Formats: sequence, structure tokens, C-alpha cells
Amino acid sequence: MIFDVEVSTEGAVTVVTVLGEVDVATAPTLRQTLLGLVSETGGPPRIVIDLAGVDFLDSTGLGVLLGALKRVRAKDGVLVLARAEPHVRKVFEITRVIEILPMHDDLQSAVDAAA
Amino acid sequence: MGEIELEIPARPEYLSLARQVVAAAAAVEPRFQADRIDDLRLAVSEATTNAVEAHASAESGGRIRIRCLLDLDGDSIRVEVRDEAGGFDPDAVPALPEPGDPTRLSFERGLGIPIMKQLADEAEIRPTDSGTMVELVVYRSSLSTSPDTDEAARDQSARP
Repeated sequence: MIFDVEVSTEGAVTVVTVLGEVDVATAPTLRQTLLGLVSETGGPPRIVIDLAGVDFLDSTGLGVLLGALKRVRAKDGVLVLARAEPHVRKVFEITRVIEILPMHDDLQSAVDAAA
Repeated sequence: MGEIELEIPARPEYLSLARQVVAAAAAVEPRFQADRIDDLRLAVSEATTNAVEAHASAESGGRIRIRCLLDLDGDSIRVEVRDEAGGFDPDAVPALPEPGDPTRLSFERGLGIPIMKQLADEAEIRPTDSGTMVELVVYRSSLSTSPDTDEAARDQSARP
């Protein structure tokens, strides 16, 4: 199964690019990356998670994102999502997680929102 | 009636395979809509994840059996996910706080069963002698299902 997490920066914003399927087998890698980023950041973490390359995300994936948001908020930071495919976006909608974790249609507006 | 049975070790790394097989089984019926196959894929994955986790907490190596049955008219697919991990009480799963509730973020788990119930047209969780069986039915088109699902489908198609 293809799965990868890449980290880059756009000014003060960290962009986490996720590729492949996020489920109980792969979610621990994503969790580790996100928690590492939050704890390494001295000031408030500003993170965009780019989901354009994700073709599957389940409740475990949602749980990892909610857990990361909780830790980011504890440090007065911002966490936003970008570019989920419609069928991945649907998971955020039916669970109403989209009301807590904003989703942007393009990467630049997500970066602007986190900056 | 087309029937396919898959047996996997109760381990996370086999979930992807289970999803692929179930999606391919539904796609045997060419009129099965792609968005309904996505719904099926996720609902079955959540049921199978619960089975994997049940085996993990029961510390039993076990296997999970997944049976797919395409109905005669090709209008729906029924998928049974069966584990042998001793069973659990779905009513004991705590209710989630509303999204606006600050305590909501403390719940990183517990979304699997609500997702399953919302995506499948029928979802039933039943104890068996040795574990749990989840039975899911998904129709090939959102038009042939309940009014709720129709509304959800309209909402989705209205989105730019």
C-alpha cells in the first residue's frame, strides 16, 4: 500500500503533504509526524495538511487530525486542511468534523489562512 | 447471486486488501455508482477495523471473514464482516459531543460506527457465538435508497 508523509515550509507555515491511504495501519506515521511538528515548534504551530494525494481516509485518520488540532490549539496555533477529493471530504462532512477543522479548496488559501 | 468470500488475518496491514476486494466485487455490476462504491469501501473498512481491534484487545491472533453478496438484480451488495474476538456491546460506545463542544477534541475515537451507519443503507451489528458480525447493505445508486440519502446526494451534487 502506498503511503507517505512529506513536510515542507511556506514562509512561517509548515505544509504536511499526505499521500495514499490513511487507516489504522498508516495513521501512526501521520500522528508521529504531526505530534513531532507541534512539539518541535517553539511558538504557535502553523500547519496546513494537504490532502490532495489522499484517496482514502477513515475514522482513525479523523482521530489523528483531531488529536493534532487539540495539541496545536493548546499552543495557540492554527491547523487547516486543504484539497481533499470529494469522497474524502465527505468523511469530514458526515461526521461534522469539517465544522471544527476548516477545509480549503486550494493550497494557497489554506497557507494564507494559517499564516 | 454472485458471492465472494475473503478471509484475512486480523491485522491492520490487510485492511487495504479487504477494501480493494469489496470495491472490486461491487464493480462487477457496471451500474454500481462510483460514489456508492466509495461509501461501501469506507463502511466495510470501518467494520473490519473494529474486528482487527477487537482481536488485538482479545489478544487472539484470529482471522476475519468478509463475505460479499451481489443481489440478483444487481441493485445492492450485502457484505458480512465476521470476527471471532468474543464480541462487544455497540450500545456501550459513548455518544460523541457536538462539534462545537470544546470537549469534542478529546474524542479521537468512536467515529467508526457512526460513519458505517451513515454510509451504508443498512447496518446491523450482531453478536455471534464466538464474536461479532456486521452486516452492511449498500445500493448501487443513491436514487434507490432512503429519502435521507437522496437529500445527501443532492447536497453533494449541488456543491461546486
